[in-house]
Amino acid sequence: MLKNRSIVSIDDVSQPELEDIFKTADEMSDHLKQGKPLKILDGRIMATFFFEPSTRTRLSFESAMNRLGGSVISVSEARSSSVAKGETLADTVRMAESYSDVIVIRHPMEGAAKLAARFSSKPIINAGDGSGQHPTQTIMDLYTIRKELGNINGKTVTMVGDLRYGRTVHSLLLALSNYDVEVNLISPEILKIPEYIISRLPKNFKVNVSADFDSAVEQSDVLYVTRIQKERFTDQNEYLSVIGSYSVTPETLEKMKEKSIIMHPLPRIDEIAPEVDLSPKAAYFKQASNGVPVRMALVSMILG
Amino acid sequence: MIKVEQTLKISKIKDGTVIDHITAGKAMKVLSILNIDEKSNSSVSIGVRVPSSKMGFKDVVKIENRNLEKFEVDKISLIAPDASISIVKDYEVTQKYTVELPSRIVGIVKCHNANCITNVKEPVSSEFALVSKKPLVIRCNFCERNMNEREILTSL
Repeated sequence: MLKNRSIVSIDDVSQPELEDIFKTADEMSDHLKQGKPLKILDGRIMATFFFEPSTRTRLSFESAMNRLGGSVISVSEARSSSVAKGETLADTVRMAESYSDVIVIRHPMEGAAKLAARFSSKPIINAGDGSGQHPTQTIMDLYTIRKELGNINGKTVTMVGDLRYGRTVHSLLLALSNYDVEVNLISPEILKIPEYIISRLPKNFKVNVSADFDSAVEQSDVLYVTRIQKERFTDQNEYLSVIGSYSVTPETLEKMKEKSIIMHPLPRIDEIAPEVDLSPKAAYFKQASNGVPVRMALVSMILG
Repeated sequence: MIKVEQTLKISKIKDGTVIDHITAGKAMKVLSILNIDEKSNSSVSIGVRVPSSKMGFKDVVKIENRNLEKFEVDKISLIAPDASISIVKDYEVTQKYTVELPSRIVGIVKCHNANCITNVKEPVSSEFALVSKKPLVIRCNFCERNMNEREILTSL
């Protein structure tokens, strides 16, 4: 179903397709545990273009492709690419499609992956476009909730932090609106979720846009914490006024439900205290490690 | 009585285009969309806040010797969704139609999001989907941001 398809927005993946990805990711996870080498994508090439810094996303895509028996070509940094010489993204993509079978792109501008998909006959995977979307992060977030709590339906998810620029929360919120969940949104006033995201949610979707942190923590099955992103602020005074607004500490853990988890797309700064890492509720490193089997599943289904 | 008054205020044209039922107060924006200024060759008559049985008040613009292109009509539909266009030849109306908001709006509105990829040097036109007619909301097909009527007005 996903064969040869671009994944630009979370809307590009249907509910049944998500379930297929989750099942395949479980299988990939088993293969990884057993240390079995896979040759599913032998001879296939992934091109990665990261015009914005990335650690986890880039490494997990490249690891996933290598684990599947394929290989990766990439531009080490945007400054060394032809885009830095003034080439359009459209031309870069037209060139890359003849060198590879699938193209992974992260770009600082919204809509970049959509544009790339218009100019490429090879599938494009959006690895983050400005403050737009980050669909593969969302797929692994949903996978993590499902794996850690057994189900997504019936859960209460609280998103905390930068909800304005945080592309992971935009994609995740849109995806969660297809499930029977309740969502609390908590952020400083200037980092509230944009209206253009709220307007896309179904009318009957239960979302509380001005939740209180303490009471939301007590009700939540998932506490999804995000970093306040310094790089998205043009006014550094504005950044300084909101940094450290919310932090998860051992005291926060005490208020949480017994079977609940803390997630974070990482990197974190000070929004989760290091002491929290030892708690069984801390699911953010598992979430990051799920990036490999989930991306293995996705890429193998696209290039299948 | 109103009809006589209107006739006196805005005289008939011989050949050209009449844009009627423009949302009251938007006539000047229509002229701006059509690039009509002091350097234009066409004679133009404008009626602003003309009483209308259908709309309460409306604006009317009559332009001599000018036919509108489709993209111009599409632009007008964004600011005056009830406007009607009459094509006049030798004082007779030969064609009349109401503007219609297109479901896909291509190349006529600049995306309001400065960080949208369509606002840099890339070989694509801006492109929006119509989300709602009243209130007017369109969504960029690239960055997925919505634009309301006020934002559209400043980006035409």
